[in-house]
Formats: sequence, C-alpha cells, structure tokens
Amino acid sequence: MVKISKLAVAALLSTVLGSSAALAAEDTIKIGVLHSLSGTMAISETSLKDTLLMLVDEQNKKGGVLGKKIEAVVVDPASNWPLFAEKARELIQKDKVAAIFGCWTSVSRKSVLPVVEELNGILFYPVQYEGEESSKNVFYTGAAPNQQAIPAVDYLLKQGVKRWALVGTDYVYPRTANKVLEAYLKSKGFTDKDIMISYTPFGHSDWQSIVSEIKKFGGAGEKTAVISTINGDANVPFYKELANQGVSAKDIPVIAFSVGEEELAGIDTKPLVGHLAAWNYFESVDSELNDEFIEKWHKFVKDEKRVTNDPMEATFIGFNMWVKAVEKAGTTDYSAVQDALIGISVPNLSGGIATMMPNHHITKPVLIGEIQDDGQFEIVDQTKGTVVGDAWSDYLPGSKDLISDWRKPLSCGNFNVVTGKCGGASK
Amino acid sequence: MKSTAKMFCAALLVLLGFLLPQAAAAMTPDEALAVLGDRSSSFEQKKEAFDVIGDSKENWSQLLIESAQKGELFFDKKKHDVYAKVGDNYFKVKGGEAFSGKSRDLKRVSVNNSIRESLHLILAMRTLSDQSIPEDRRIESAHALIGNVSQEDASKLQLLRDLYITTDPDLSEMLTYVIASADLNDEDPKIRNGAMHILSGFRSPLLLQKLGDIAEHDADVSNRVYAEKQAAGLRSSQSFYSGLETVYFGISLGSVLVLAAIGLTITFGVMGVINMAHGELMMIGAYTVYVIQQCMPSYPGLALIISIPAAFCVSGLTGIIIERTVIQHLYGRPLETLLATFGISLLLQQLVRSIFTALNRNVVIPDFMSGAIKINEFFSVTYNRLYIILFCLAVFFTLRWILQHSRLGLEVRSVSQNRAMARNMGVRSGRVNALTFGLGSGIAGLAGVALSQLTNVGPNLGQNYIVDSFLVVVFGGAGNIWGTMVGGMVLGVANKVLEPMAGAMLAKIFILVGVIIFIQKRPRGLFPQHGRSVEG
Repeated sequence: MVKISKLAVAALLSTVLGSSAALAAEDTIKIGVLHSLSGTMAISETSLKDTLLMLVDEQNKKGGVLGKKIEAVVVDPASNWPLFAEKARELIQKDKVAAIFGCWTSVSRKSVLPVVEELNGILFYPVQYEGEESSKNVFYTGAAPNQQAIPAVDYLLKQGVKRWALVGTDYVYPRTANKVLEAYLKSKGFTDKDIMISYTPFGHSDWQSIVSEIKKFGGAGEKTAVISTINGDANVPFYKELANQGVSAKDIPVIAFSVGEEELAGIDTKPLVGHLAAWNYFESVDSELNDEFIEKWHKFVKDEKRVTNDPMEATFIGFNMWVKAVEKAGTTDYSAVQDALIGISVPNLSGGIATMMPNHHITKPVLIGEIQDDGQFEIVDQTKGTVVGDAWSDYLPGSKDLISDWRKPLSCGNFNVVTGKCGGASK
Repeated sequence: MKSTAKMFCAALLVLLGFLLPQAAAAMTPDEALAVLGDRSSSFEQKKEAFDVIGDSKENWSQLLIESAQKGELFFDKKKHDVYAKVGDNYFKVKGGEAFSGKSRDLKRVSVNNSIRESLHLILAMRTLSDQSIPEDRRIESAHALIGNVSQEDASKLQLLRDLYITTDPDLSEMLTYVIASADLNDEDPKIRNGAMHILSGFRSPLLLQKLGDIAEHDADVSNRVYAEKQAAGLRSSQSFYSGLETVYFGISLGSVLVLAAIGLTITFGVMGVINMAHGELMMIGAYTVYVIQQCMPSYPGLALIISIPAAFCVSGLTGIIIERTVIQHLYGRPLETLLATFGISLLLQQLVRSIFTALNRNVVIPDFMSGAIKINEFFSVTYNRLYIILFCLAVFFTLRWILQHSRLGLEVRSVSQNRAMARNMGVRSGRVNALTFGLGSGIAGLAGVALSQLTNVGPNLGQNYIVDSFLVVVFGGAGNIWGTMVGGMVLGVANKVLEPMAGAMLAKIFILVGVIIFIQKRPRGLFPQHGRSVEG
C-alpha cells in the first residue's frame, strides 16, 4: 500500500514537472545534449555533440518544430559517471528540456536511467550496447546484440571459423555481450576448448602477452577469429601489437564492435587491412542521403577530414524520430511523445528505413566491413533488409522468455511470456 | 498449374547449379578480367577470376595479381577496364595505356580476406616457378607454404623440386618440406610416416598440431607412437620458447615503466617534489613527435630521431617554467605541491585538447620500428619493443653519467643531500632546482617519444602512466635511479609472468597488493636513499 502511494506521488510529480516543462518553454523548445566533452570519453562523444548541434541548426532552418526554434542545452558530464546523473537531473528540472540526447558507455546510461525514470523524461541513447534492459523512458537507437554481435558471428561462421577468442575491456558491455556470444556459440555446437575469453583493464596498453596467446590459440591449425569488445583508447595499442607480431587479417581476422572510422583516424591502418567491424552504418555506405549528410557534416565542422560513424547515424535517426514524434503528438509533453514515438519511421543513412518498435529499439540493417588502408571500411556482407532490435537476448537463460512492449495496455519492459506476468525472469 | 511452374523453376535452378561450376572452369583470362572490372561481381566470382588469371600464362597476369595483393588494382566505373596503380599513375593492366579519365571514375577492386589468402598462395606459387627471382625470396615463399598446400598443389611442386635440385639445392630442400607437410594427410601410412621423418627437426605450431592429430587418430600404431615422440619434443621446445618470450615481454614492459618513472625519480626522488603533471610532460613529448612528423611527412623515421632531442627540450623547458612559476614557491609543502601540480596537469591536458582536439593523433611508425625478427617458428622479437629496451638503457646510462660525472650532477647530489650546506659552499640552489626539474621533465619527454610508438597520442596519455610511474619509484626506492631500473624490471617481469596465469585484470591487482605489502615491510623501497629526503 505504501509502495502504491509512493508510486502515485511520483507519477503526480512527474506529470506536474512534465507539463511545467511544456509551459516554461514558450519561445524555444530545449533539448539536452549530455555528452562528455572532457575526460577519457571526450574522444568519442565530442562528435555526437557536434552532430546534434548540426541537426538542430538544420531543423531550425526548416522552421524548427511546432513552430518554435529548437535550442540545444550542452552540458559536460566529463566522463564522470555520477556526474551524468546529476547533469541529467539538472537538464530535466532546471532547463526543462523536452528530451535528452546522450551517454556513450553503458555505465553512464545506467547512472542516468534512474533519473529519467524518476522524472519520467526521455533519453535517446545512440550507441550499440549489451541489451538486457528496457525502460519506458529510454529510446535505444544504437544496436542491441542481435543487431551487431550475432550477425557478425554468423558472418564468421560462413567464413569457416572454428575457434573463437573473445577479447574485451572489463566492464558491463563486453561482459554481457560475451555472455550472449558464448551462449550463442555453444548453441552452434562449439565447446569450451574452442572459445578463449580474456578481459583487460580500461586503457590497457601492453598487449604483448594477450596477442601472443591469441597467436598460440590460433596456431592450432583451425581457422580462428578474434571477437573484440575492446573499448576506446585501448584499441590502438592492440592493433599495433597485432601488426608487429605479424598477425594479419588473413590468418586471424579480428572483428570489432567498438572500432569505427573515428577510432581508426588515430592509427596507420595499412597493417590492419582486412580486419573487420560490424556496425549498422559505415561512412562508405553508398546512398544519396549519406553523401548529403557527409557533405553537411564537413561544412558544419569546417574540416574535410572529420569522419562520420555509426553512433552519429544513430543520433541522426534519434533526433529525426523525436522531431517527427513531437509533431505527431502536437506537444513536447513527455508521456505524449513517448507514446507517439512508437511506430515512427524515418530514413536511415544507408538507404533504408528505421522504425521505432514497441520495445523502444529500432530496426537496423547489419553491415560487416573490412578495414581499408585509408581508414574506411569496405562492406563485405550485409543482412537482407533490416533487423529488429531485441532488448532481451534469446540466448541467455534468464532473459529468453522476456519481451518488452511499451504500448498500452501492456506497457511492460520485461513481460515474461511463460508466466504471463510483468516483472522479469521466472525464478 | 501454378505448382508445375514452380517445380519447373526449381528444376531449372538445380540444373543451373550443376552447370555453373563448369561454366566457371571454362572462364578465359579475358572473361576473368571482365569480372574484375564489373562493380556487381560478388566476392566468390572475383575469387574465381583471380584463380583463373593466376593459372594463366598471360603476360599481364603477374602485374594484376601483385597489384591486387597490394590493394592497388582499380577499375573504370564506366568503361569497366582494369587498371594497376604504379606510383601515382594508373596503367591499363592489359595493354598498358595510361589512364586519362577523371580519377573519380576509378574505383578499387575490392577484395575480402579469403581472396587475399588465395592471392597470397597464387603469388607464392608463381614466385616459386620464376627463376629470375632471387633464391632467398623463393625460399621465403616456399616457407610460407608449409602446411598450407593441398596434395594436389604439392604434386605440382614436386616437378619444381626436381627441377631445382641441381641449380638451387636449398630451395629444393625447402620444397621437400612443403611437400612432406602435404603428405602428412596422405592415405598411405607409409607416406605419412616418411613425411614425419622428413619433417623431424622442423619446428612449427602447425606441425605440432598435425602431429598431435596423428598421435591421436592415426590408424597405424607405429605412426601414432612416432608422432607422439616428435610432438613431445616440439611441445617442450615450445614451452621453453614461450618462457623466453614471457621474459622478453616482461623486460620490454619493464623498460617502458622505467622510462616513464626515471624522470620522476629525479623530481620526486631527488628533489622531493610530488609532480602530478609528470604524465603530461610525457604527453608533451609524444605530441612533439607528432608535430615534427607533420613538418616532414615524407621522412617519418628521421622525424622520430629528431624528436628525441626536441622532445627533451620542449618538455624540459615546460618543466623549468613550471618550476620557476609554481613549484619554487612551494618547496617543503608537499600537499600544496601535489594540488598545484595536479591543477597544472589538468591545465596542460585541456591545452592540448584546445590545440589538437580531443581526438588521438596519428603518429606514423617508421618501417624500421615495425615487424619482428623471427628467431624461429615459436619465438620472435618485435622491433619496436627491442628499440625501446635499447633506448631505455641508453637514457638510463646517460642519466647515470650526468649524475655521477658532470658538474650539474654533483650540484644536484649536494643540494639533495643537504641544501643549507650546499648553499654555503656556493651552489646556487635555485638554479640547480630549476635545472634538475628541467632534466627530470626532459626525460619524461623522452619517455613520451617512446610511448608515441606504442600507444595512443592523445590528451589522456599521461594519466595512464602516472600511477605506474609512482609505483615504480616508490617500489624501487625514491631517489635512486638503480632502484627505479631494478624496480621497473621486476614489476614488468612479474606482471607478464602473472598475466597468462591470472588474466590481465588480476595480474594488475596482484602486483598492486604485492607492492603494498612490500612497502609495509620496507617503507623506503628496494634501494633506500640517504640524504635530505630521508631526514625530511
């Protein structure tokens, strides 16, 4: 009983706050940009801030939304996870933003999550992540594991790979993604001796032993591949060590889920030609909308060399979906926009359509690219059509019975189809 | 009606499936060229095309295969002709005319890993049969084929081996090994046995794997026994070399730690200044390499060598400026120094972010720094690590000479042991402090040069090494450069020995716990220093 009344108060509070947000913004509609501009994650997140500023600028030239100009409120959570939560609160309560676009690492998202849920806000999260999460208030425009990791493994299976080295940075995304992958590989008949798993600290820079271990693991005669969930900065020394120890893509290909055009801009890619990455977008995608986007981007940042990448496309999709949903709802009220967002379709940059599904994930094509010597990717394989993001993996025992559907009347992020109840895995 | 049509279609498809391979086998080199010039060709089609061209005797085939392997094969999007890039120009592969159209119309013939692999094999086979190529290159090609050829290919090689037996005996011998490696899969147990005898004394992980297979599954008992004996020998030699490798990895990690820490030994150990900006001084050194490489893009190697003194000067000067403006007012107040230098470190980081952006910069690795010396199939030594070990030793002994034999060194030692007495003897302690701090900072710059070859050159470079540097200095004994050397090497080797057993995460934790316990027992580290820092 106490719990219910607490909930009611929270709901009341959030509606009051929500409507006040709409009232306060008379001349402009504000959106929050929550990306680190300093600290370790600045390398990746700065581009997303620039992308959002570009998109806002462009939308305002087209007349804004609901007849008002959009104003971007940029804050710097400085790669500091608790600060993400504080800044998110500030954006919603003080700046009364209509939506927040932000976060990169899963831990920053997990830290913002309780805040947006408490205040019933809207967060667009543009980066590929480990899944196993669904929130009424978060819209995931990056890939879930079934939109990146699983198709990547399928591609390698087609190439005849028999042994798997899963190498990752030690934090939530690689740990969960590897758990999903391990379960998937075992479902394909591989055993523990075909799989090697290794974790390293953040910013690991001495890869000699691990690369040598991979070499030994792969030297056993059967086709071996490395699945890398190594994060950010640690990739450069990893690839340098691979090149130096003479591990080339034709012997042991490395497929990475966190290495895109931006990360490659910091290295000489000649020794890396042929290593792979799985994403839902590459700068080299051949489509008119993409050419247009790249041109606008170069003009906006006044730098012909700045590359585009997958999370930028996810940001582009998220922003356009929000604009469309606000126009459909006719208001920026959080609950109305949340409902309106489901089912919204906007074009993606690879020539297809992205649709927001009832589980707050979107449809995406999956592309496999090989690194070229100019730091770009050559697309060597892609899924036919798009893949629907799956919040709860079908390969993990705890989550395979769960579905997420935020449409009324179900409105549940973890509905168990076996027990028929909302509230997670059956014990 | 509809279903009959469907069945007819299916039958047609099946028929097509049978016909296709035959059609492909009949592909002429010219048709293969057309496949490569077509944007819509699939990777499978291209692979076949390369195979056809690889087998053909056309005079342009070598150029095409070589260019494709280097990624320098292009096609004209409109006319579908195939061009090879030579220098900055494009020439038609068949005919040799130079390309005259717009370079935008040229698109690279894309290849994937499986094509790259088959190109590699094609090229190796072609190299072998070309007598105009020097023998050692052909031996190299043959070596790459060991364990990678089918028996069908091996029969082709047999002819070559007999051909070379008088002219190039070494190559002929290598080919014998290649053929034997294919014969390990032969149906006849006697041939398998013979192959094993030929390959005895030959070390390779691939061979070890094959021997292991034979030892377990071979139908012939004597083969199993023999294979087991051979495999056991190989295994023991493999584990010996992997031990050696671990030690090498440890020493190379150790020398990186020593390089990072040795500057700190001077500023922290000798002068007693807790310099949190030490990492940023390394970062400045790494950025110096980047800037100099940008100034002379065609000579990355020379730029790297020039950066060594340049980085020393830039970081050293920055250090002197920091000392003169901030630290000199804070001597004897360690807490304030710590906070002030921490502030400086943030300042410097943001400064490079403003100048060079937050993105990592691409420092080119010169050719002499990449690759490895292969000592045998089980053990190779990477060049970059080797040079860094040598560089570390050079820096260490130079520094030692400066401290022991130069005027500055004498003054530094005297000031660090007893400042008041040194001043009484006429040593200008202010100047000595500035120069000492500059020396320590300059060496941090040198460490930055080395790190630019190993890791990211970005604003966070320093942060990743500052903790390790303090760890080494404290462990080795503050103020003693021998202590830093031994401490760094011990930590490096210990880390690398633990890593394969416990994983990278746990290894790091064990090392930290180990150092903490050690410091509890011996608070002044491995080699305690006598002097001011002890009294203070």
